[in-house]
Amino acid sequence: MGDAVIELAGVTRAFGDVVALDDFTLTVRAGGVTVLLGPNGAGKTTAVRVVTGGIVPKVGMVRVFGHDPCGPRGEWIRSRCGVVPARPALYDRLSGYENLRYAAELYGVPDAPGRIQDAARRFGIDHALGQRVGGYSTGMRARLALSRAVLHDPDLLLLDEPTAGLDPESARVVLALIDEMAEHGKAVVMCTHLLLEAEGLADQVVVMDEGRVLVAGTARDLTRRYWPSVTVLVDAEDPEMLDRCAAFPFVRSYERNGAAMIELEDREHVADLVDTLVADGVRLLRVEPRTPTLEELYFTVRKRR
Amino acid sequence: MNATRVNAVARADLRQLRESKDFWVPLSIIALFMFVVVPAVMLYVISTVQDPTLLAKLVDVVGRLPEPLRVRLAGAPPEVQASYTLAVYFFAPLVTLVPLTISSSISANTFVGERERGSGEFLAHSPASTVDIYLGKLIAALIPGYFTAVGGLVVYSAVVNLVVSTRTDGVLFPTGNWWVFMLWVMPPLLALAVALIVSISSRVTSGAAAQQASSLIALPIVILAYAVSEKSLFGSAWPAWIVGAIAWGGAAFAIWRGATTLDRERLLGIGS
Repeated sequence: MGDAVIELAGVTRAFGDVVALDDFTLTVRAGGVTVLLGPNGAGKTTAVRVVTGGIVPKVGMVRVFGHDPCGPRGEWIRSRCGVVPARPALYDRLSGYENLRYAAELYGVPDAPGRIQDAARRFGIDHALGQRVGGYSTGMRARLALSRAVLHDPDLLLLDEPTAGLDPESARVVLALIDEMAEHGKAVVMCTHLLLEAEGLADQVVVMDEGRVLVAGTARDLTRRYWPSVTVLVDAEDPEMLDRCAAFPFVRSYERNGAAMIELEDREHVADLVDTLVADGVRLLRVEPRTPTLEELYFTVRKRR
Repeated sequence: MNATRVNAVARADLRQLRESKDFWVPLSIIALFMFVVVPAVMLYVISTVQDPTLLAKLVDVVGRLPEPLRVRLAGAPPEVQASYTLAVYFFAPLVTLVPLTISSSISANTFVGERERGSGEFLAHSPASTVDIYLGKLIAALIPGYFTAVGGLVVYSAVVNLVVSTRTDGVLFPTGNWWVFMLWVMPPLLALAVALIVSISSRVTSGAAAQQASSLIALPIVILAYAVSEKSLFGSAWPAWIVGAIAWGGAAFAIWRGATTLDRERLLGIGS
């Protein structure tokens, strides 16, 4: 991954008695996807708003592209950001085209008509550009919001619950966009409480609650941190022959219900397990080290608080 | 300030207004009623009045008009003199009422409408400065009001001249003082009202609250506009010049204050 695009350090902001961000620290690099995980009210939306300068923190340091978004370079920073808010924030009385043209004018997009058509085509709503947005379905609104967010080719894409309420096809479009942006060296930040959609997408996972970072890191680092052992699913032609594994010194726990679930001390012992079983004449059908899901990670982190 | 972005905000708001038939159809009916129907009916009724007692009272009213006008109307029948008086001095100030109603309705919904629709978030994250956004919304609220004022004056003049001037010596309305009022007093009063209401709209939490507050602001300004128009039309134009100058200053201050105190958190519905 590239240079730091977002740097938040010790950011705190409260609304009345409610602390939305509490000593919040985050670094996001170019070419990476950062997923902010947390329940409603965890502070994910506030974090996004702080990044664009929409909300001013009372305490802490905010740097986006190396500058303070609430400072004199705020306009320049915002012109490099694409935001898909939790509510699509569209103008229902205007047509899809007029919504995009409005954004093109504010962001100073050159060759606006061509770019509008390209963006709309990319998300499959070019046929509906002439219709009023008030008549759009939820999926079409989300696609229009995505078109608007990438119209000016932003270097930082901020998505706040982008797949909430979407059909699977529209949700896939969102996830494909995130992948594509990261591949092109852009930084992506996605807020979600849907753990499944973040699976396999996140370069960095930040688990939040009550405005605080509970844990942050790559999915792999966090998995190792919370599950230093590894669980392997093993199946054989004669499953009963697997029972000998329970006595192996590097096996922590053994359980068989059809196939066997074997917990090893660490990942390096997977090869030892296979070697030993093959040497004992066990004909293996399946050996699958199991990686914990983000969901498991999330609940484990919250449980251990 | 970025003129392109100010224009973009203003045009987007005006386009939305154009698509809001539920907003402009009732207001168009009010305008039609105030500028055409009521004056036409009243002028017709008065110009055809035959009751000698009522005519005597009307002539008494005409007798209080400025000397040049009395001389000009001296040769006309009493009912025509009365019609002219009614047209120029009693109905014409209504020209202030309709534009202020329209502009205050629009301006009350500017920011609070963005928040209620959730579209304020788009503006808050956009590169447009808060000054650009404020000015764009101010212009979008002012333009319909000014167009209504000018259009209303043209229509009203046509009605008055059709009903009254055919029975007097040439076109009598608008009078000279009216131009002072329309070009010097009306614009800043409208701008002052809109600037104040737009600022309130950025602070309140609901459209209903914004409408209530806008009424509180619009009412004294309507009364002031009415009083100035009456005073300047009955007498000399100097009160209009003075009030206009004060209104320009007040409008400039209100716009500056509104533009510089708006922040992005208000667009997001925070700190309202």
